[in-house]
Amino acid sequence: MKNKTKIPNFFLGIILAVVYLPILVIVVYSFQDSKISTVWEGFSLRWYRELFLDRSMREAVFNSFILAGISCINAAVIGTMAAVGMTRISWRSKGLIAYFSTLPIMIPEIILGMVFMVFFSFLGLPFGMTTLVLAHTAFCIPYVFTMVRSRLIGLDPSLTEAARDLGAGEVMVFFTVTLPLIAPAVASGMLLSFAMSFDDVVISIFVTGAATNTLPVKIYTQMKNGVSPEVNALSTIMLGGTVLVLLGSELIRRRDKK
Amino acid sequence: MEDVVLELKGIEKSFGKTPVLRGISLKVKKGEFITFLGSSGCGKTTTLRIIAGLEMPDRGEVFINGVCVNRLPPEKRSVNTVFQNYALFPHMNVTENIAYGLKIKRTKKKEIQDRVAEALELIQLSDYGKRMPSELSGGQKQRVAIARAIVNNPEVLLLDEPLGALDLQLRRQMQLELKKLQKQLGITFLYITHDQEEAINMSSRIAVMRDGKFEQIGTPDEIYHHPKTSYVAQFVGSANILKGKISKAENGIFFAELAGESVCLRFFDTDKRILEAGSRFVLAIRSEVIEFSKEKGENSLFAVVAEKTFAGGMLRMVLRLLDGSELVASRYGIDAPYQQGEQIYCCWKPEHAVLVEETENR
Amino acid sequence: MKKEKRKGLAWLLVIPFYFYTIVFVVLPLAYMILLSFLKRAEVWGVTKEITWENYRNIFEPVYLRTFAESLKLALLCTFFIALLGYPFGYFMAKLSKQWKRRVMMLLMIPFWTSALIRMYGWIIIFRSNGLLDQFFMAVHITEKPLRLLYTYPAVVVGMIYALLPFMILSVYSSAEKLDWSLVEAARDLGASPFYTFITVTLKLTMPGFLSGVVLTFIPSMGLFFVADILGGNKIVLVGNLIQEQLMKARNWPFAAALSVVLMLLTSLMLAIYRKAAGVKELEGLF
Repeated sequence: MKNKTKIPNFFLGIILAVVYLPILVIVVYSFQDSKISTVWEGFSLRWYRELFLDRSMREAVFNSFILAGISCINAAVIGTMAAVGMTRISWRSKGLIAYFSTLPIMIPEIILGMVFMVFFSFLGLPFGMTTLVLAHTAFCIPYVFTMVRSRLIGLDPSLTEAARDLGAGEVMVFFTVTLPLIAPAVASGMLLSFAMSFDDVVISIFVTGAATNTLPVKIYTQMKNGVSPEVNALSTIMLGGTVLVLLGSELIRRRDKK
Repeated sequence: MEDVVLELKGIEKSFGKTPVLRGISLKVKKGEFITFLGSSGCGKTTTLRIIAGLEMPDRGEVFINGVCVNRLPPEKRSVNTVFQNYALFPHMNVTENIAYGLKIKRTKKKEIQDRVAEALELIQLSDYGKRMPSELSGGQKQRVAIARAIVNNPEVLLLDEPLGALDLQLRRQMQLELKKLQKQLGITFLYITHDQEEAINMSSRIAVMRDGKFEQIGTPDEIYHHPKTSYVAQFVGSANILKGKISKAENGIFFAELAGESVCLRFFDTDKRILEAGSRFVLAIRSEVIEFSKEKGENSLFAVVAEKTFAGGMLRMVLRLLDGSELVASRYGIDAPYQQGEQIYCCWKPEHAVLVEETENR
Repeated sequence: MKKEKRKGLAWLLVIPFYFYTIVFVVLPLAYMILLSFLKRAEVWGVTKEITWENYRNIFEPVYLRTFAESLKLALLCTFFIALLGYPFGYFMAKLSKQWKRRVMMLLMIPFWTSALIRMYGWIIIFRSNGLLDQFFMAVHITEKPLRLLYTYPAVVVGMIYALLPFMILSVYSSAEKLDWSLVEAARDLGASPFYTFITVTLKLTMPGFLSGVVLTFIPSMGLFFVADILGGNKIVLVGNLIQEQLMKARNWPFAAALSVVLMLLTSLMLAIYRKAAGVKELEGLF
């Protein structure tokens, strides 16, 4: 009996260990002094220092935050409004449009990237932050839209009826009942959009301009042309950020449940 | 009649091609406790939703205090609803839930505080104001839902099977509390249930619904003792229904064919129904009024004891009549001096058998 | 009257969504399809001539080989991912509630970390005289460095690594919903553990497994940056080809044609999935 329960746990442990191996390697190497050698040459914060002094790196980080921030807010507004509106209209086109709207997360990223690139240049848009935001918003909307929609479907219709029964008009019902109840879905949709946008390389490579670098694009170009251990330090910081955000959202969820 | 607070006039409603309400009319007086009684699917919830404004009738009108409210959205109607599943806002605590309607009407803060405190006291949950709905038991949720509605002083309080989700004991207790509350506040209650016991216990008037129509409207006493139709008799009093045909009428004594037997019947009150030779009739006899005898007499039928069971303090006997149909008799106690297979006569007093209309099958 | 008013409000709510979807999803895709039928101009851009040439070009051996290579790699990766991901999702569903949450958390952290960064870790491990080589030499498995970076196995490992979570999450969400009393019932009725697994467990978790296959197979044809970073320029996938045609060769119509074909392949996969699993939505996505 004991054996039976141990093999699965062993398997899970091994896979998780391999999953974390490259991440661990990055963290350890970010504190390593030497530039190329894989031999440990002592602990140092040298790469963190160089990272902070690197102006183009700072710019890339800034751009990435702006891009992910604007895109996920756009997606939150458009996606939430749409999910709410869709429950109230009976147009025949709504199923089709809902399907089309999810295409950006269904089709391979590379196709989406190239589609945006050729389309934007056909429109004559200057490549840069504008095109980045337009493209990222397109693939962020479905995350918010789908999450909010499924939350709305799960919502007890008698709650909004009760609010109207108690004297609230439709707009009032939305702001006092519907919105607070779908807020967690909006938040997790936004969080996911933010992460996806912040991490995106493929689409960004196609639609960014020569003057605008996002963090992943910069890392990607660096990786192709020989890497600097600065990337290790940067990755470690981003990793820390991710862990903090995830732990935070987990804590909020747990408190919310209570 | 100026104290009519709610009036329904010829309400009809279909969902798709299925008719749910087939012309419903009713007047409810101020301070009444009226119950819609019916099995599920009879249209009672739809009627309530139409009154609340959550559903539009296809035809007919709803008047509240003499004003037609057909065009008014639910938020503009001075009725409030207690929903079947409570529908408490999960993101607000008890106080916020109760204060919701008052806040929407921009009542002064102080007044809101007072009225909410008053309502909390009324439902005996004064210490629970800060709790979230998820931290309440079923009965407590129910009370909060009621408080949330009555705090707005509605003209009519609509209650949609509010006790349906509670267990039997709690239900009995809440029945009493609700009744007390209604007397205390003087608000008109329109109550929906499928439980005839609940309806009889609480209501001042009962409207029995079947298939989108009122079968009978009357006081609990009328409904129970003088059912108009066989459906009402069966649904409310779980009465036995016997169908027969008069063969001869003579000075208040009738000779009739009943359950495959020629019997001699006497009726307490023939109502205005004309019973003459050849006319068919339907008799409703509740199980607890059936008595037994060894001899054939007036109002008696030959029967064989088919089954004896004991349940809920009552002995229930199934009797097979001559034509093979069954009659149920019940009485308090655990046994009767009759064995299974024994042949007896079951009889009833004239005042205990009610002539009813046969409910047509729709 | 009232109903119309209500609709007017909703209409305003969905307008931005309709606008965005039509202008930034439908139109671009339509433009891409149109582009794939246009003839390339001598220097830059396209002419107005309609042609099948771009599609014909795909059938040139060089490009056909790329497609074949991509499919082969995708199949290989999907196979390994299924082999690792299915048991993981299955075992995970059997954990206690508390451990389920912990393992889920452990999975989410790398999932939310940039794929690039995780690839970068593999570079450090795989590069010649890197961690793996040193480890192997230290325990005397090999005498010389393997120089795994920029080889086919490295790309396979990278792909598996990037896409494994999708399979795990899909299988898990399906296995989580599984009623384990069915498994017990099968055992009770005399089925062997293996037979029970085949006839009950596998069958009931099939939708999740299939959606995992779709979610790994489709991206593994397009994840050009994994092949780029871990494979150097040696491994050319459809994704790389599209990027190359777009950025370097500047043959946009051809890149568009390649994309259309890749999209058709993807839709075909999805259609097969829907047929096989009998469901509309991909399991475990949300």
